[in-house]
Amino acid sequence: MSETEVNPTISKSTGLPRKRFYRARAHSNPLSDSHFPVSISPSHVDYSLHYPQLFLSSGQADSSKRIQFADVGCGFGGLLISLSTLFPETLMIGMELRDKVTEYVKERISSLRVANPGQYQNVSVVRTNSMKYIPNYFGKGQLSKMFFLFPDPHFKEKNHRRRVISPFLLDEYAYVLEVGGIIYTITDVEELGDWMKSCLENHPMFEALTEKELEADPVVKLLCSATEEGQKVARNGGQTFQAVFRRIVPSNQTS
Amino acid sequence: MDSEPKKDIEVAPALIAVHPYQCSVAVAVGHHLRVFDLLAGSAVSLTDDSAAVPFHTDNIRAIRFGAKGKLFVSAGDDKTVKVWSTESWSCITSVSSEKRVSAVAISDDGTYVCFADKFGLVWVVDLDPPLRDKKPSPLLSHYCSIITSLEFSPDGRFILSADRDFKIRVTCFPEKPLNGAHQIQSFCLGHTEFVSCLAFVQALECPQGLLLSGSGDSTVRLWNVDSGALLDTCEVAIKAGLVESDGKAEEHDHAVTDLCTVLDGLLVAVAIQSLQGIILLSCNVSAKTLSVAKVVLMAGEAFVPTCLGSSPSTGKLWMVTGVSNLPGCNYPALARVRVISGIDVEQEPVVVGDDNIPGGEKLLETLQGNASVDDNTFLAAAEAVKTAMDHLLIKKQYPSANRESRKKCRNDRKLKG
Ligand SMILES: C[S@@+](CC[C@H](N)C(=O)[O-])C[C@H]1O[C@@H](n2cnc3c(N)ncnc32)[C@H](O)[C@@H]1O
Repeated sequence: MSETEVNPTISKSTGLPRKRFYRARAHSNPLSDSHFPVSISPSHVDYSLHYPQLFLSSGQADSSKRIQFADVGCGFGGLLISLSTLFPETLMIGMELRDKVTEYVKERISSLRVANPGQYQNVSVVRTNSMKYIPNYFGKGQLSKMFFLFPDPHFKEKNHRRRVISPFLLDEYAYVLEVGGIIYTITDVEELGDWMKSCLENHPMFEALTEKELEADPVVKLLCSATEEGQKVARNGGQTFQAVFRRIVPSNQTS
Repeated sequence: MDSEPKKDIEVAPALIAVHPYQCSVAVAVGHHLRVFDLLAGSAVSLTDDSAAVPFHTDNIRAIRFGAKGKLFVSAGDDKTVKVWSTESWSCITSVSSEKRVSAVAISDDGTYVCFADKFGLVWVVDLDPPLRDKKPSPLLSHYCSIITSLEFSPDGRFILSADRDFKIRVTCFPEKPLNGAHQIQSFCLGHTEFVSCLAFVQALECPQGLLLSGSGDSTVRLWNVDSGALLDTCEVAIKAGLVESDGKAEEHDHAVTDLCTVLDGLLVAVAIQSLQGIILLSCNVSAKTLSVAKVVLMAGEAFVPTCLGSSPSTGKLWMVTGVSNLPGCNYPALARVRVISGIDVEQEPVVVGDDNIPGGEKLLETLQGNASVDDNTFLAAAEAVKTAMDHLLIKKQYPSANRESRKKCRNDRKLKG
């Protein structure tokens, strides 16, 4: 699309995409089958599509750089936008199930790239079901940070298996995270907060960060302020519950 | 799952399993489990005095012998896994699953039985001590994907699980599996359709073995399970002359349905939808390549194998075709057994005639039942199996209008009211 074309979904005053054109159903069922393309394997992810300025010719990666941060269920992308400038050298991606929300984030990133030449080149988004396809996007130990910010709560017991943090899914997250990599979770639903924390505590490949480590990590401060959902909770004066854990080598493997 | 009226009765392919030392052969069709003792030359009568329900009551979906041949497992749509002693052929343990069971595996030492349910969960049962009724523990999960195949690596380090979402997961089999298997070694990714079957080839120069997988994408692929690296891809349907190399549209017509290593893994037999025969692949372990060695066609009889079996080092391949509940057929449990012998690198394989089959007429009577049916029925059976498999495993790309109407008809919504 040429830049001069009038696009009603982009606000004239801010140049940013208007959210109302990207409104979507509140919840998607992550169990239903996919209707979107899925990367066959991490080596099939076309970095030149996601980071065109950093990977010029398609396929042929002249840079061996890989994605290191994943924001799972990124929603409207607020966290990624903050991280992009905080870690300008790191490639990061949002994973989002809802089509329209993904389109919104795409537009948001490209507008920011146009408005701020040279910036936001390290951030992108992909529409996918993270519960099924994480291993199709990231190889073993590839990620250094994973984010799960204000995920859908799925209250009913029988829907707990739809939660993005679960004992089984943690096996996959432990696989894509490097040793020492960090998983960040936050929610305003106390029950979900307890659930995520206990899943992480009971997993042999994760350990909690200490208070000191949490304070020293600049990313922790973003958890409740950078995303749209976090801002909403803050506006309403809601409480939040976070769990931040490090990927460790399980004790039976240390020699 | 589908908006079209669900068929009352589901068809299930006939299955075959051969004892590792060729002491016996088992065939499962529908809920029937038939075993022939090759050493005694007679039919085996199974005994099952499980408290709950004896024998199977619905389609059996997976059977296999343990590596040492002491155990045999059967499981399926009746949500039960039964472990049999091959000495007494009595059921020693019966395990209840919450969901239908799609695949089973036995650890090399016979201590653990693993099984996968239709929701992508893999469970493990400890057979020591061998109690009548055992509770399974969850081992690992493929998120809501049908698991089509489970396999231990030959060195016992890994358990492999293949699914409908083109994926093979290689998980370290832990010392205490009852606490779950959390460490993933690799994912073998490259198939572009469901993965239907797994098998290992072993060789002196590669004791941990290389993995082979067959898929709905009509290929057999060779993998290093340590790294998940794809080593080679063999387009079996094209190589066997079943499709033109540009025959993309017909891809689904030649899904690989089963793989079976013969001759200690030097050769691999491949069953493909619609192929009246099998393809023999040879695997060069040091060069890490796969190539078609031979296509063996079943002359004079319409026979599309639904399952393959073999015991290592015999050079014999056992095949079965058949189906349970074939619509319009008088026999609810249709099966036909054939054998290819003389499978060797140098030799010419021979399709064994019924009069020369090990176990002779008695074996055929036991495993096939007494039904005498013509070729066309077996072709119809293979076709029914193919349709059922496609239906279950192929990802449908619905046009968006259609998708909306599907949503309206969804059962989970209906049940809410
Ligand atoms: C409540 S929102 C939070 C969004 C964002 N993290 C924030 O804090 O503003 C949860 C998001 O996760 C997405 N989501 C839910 N399940 C998902 C899945 N399996 N894969 C990817 N995204 C998912 C939803 O579409 C939704 O946008």
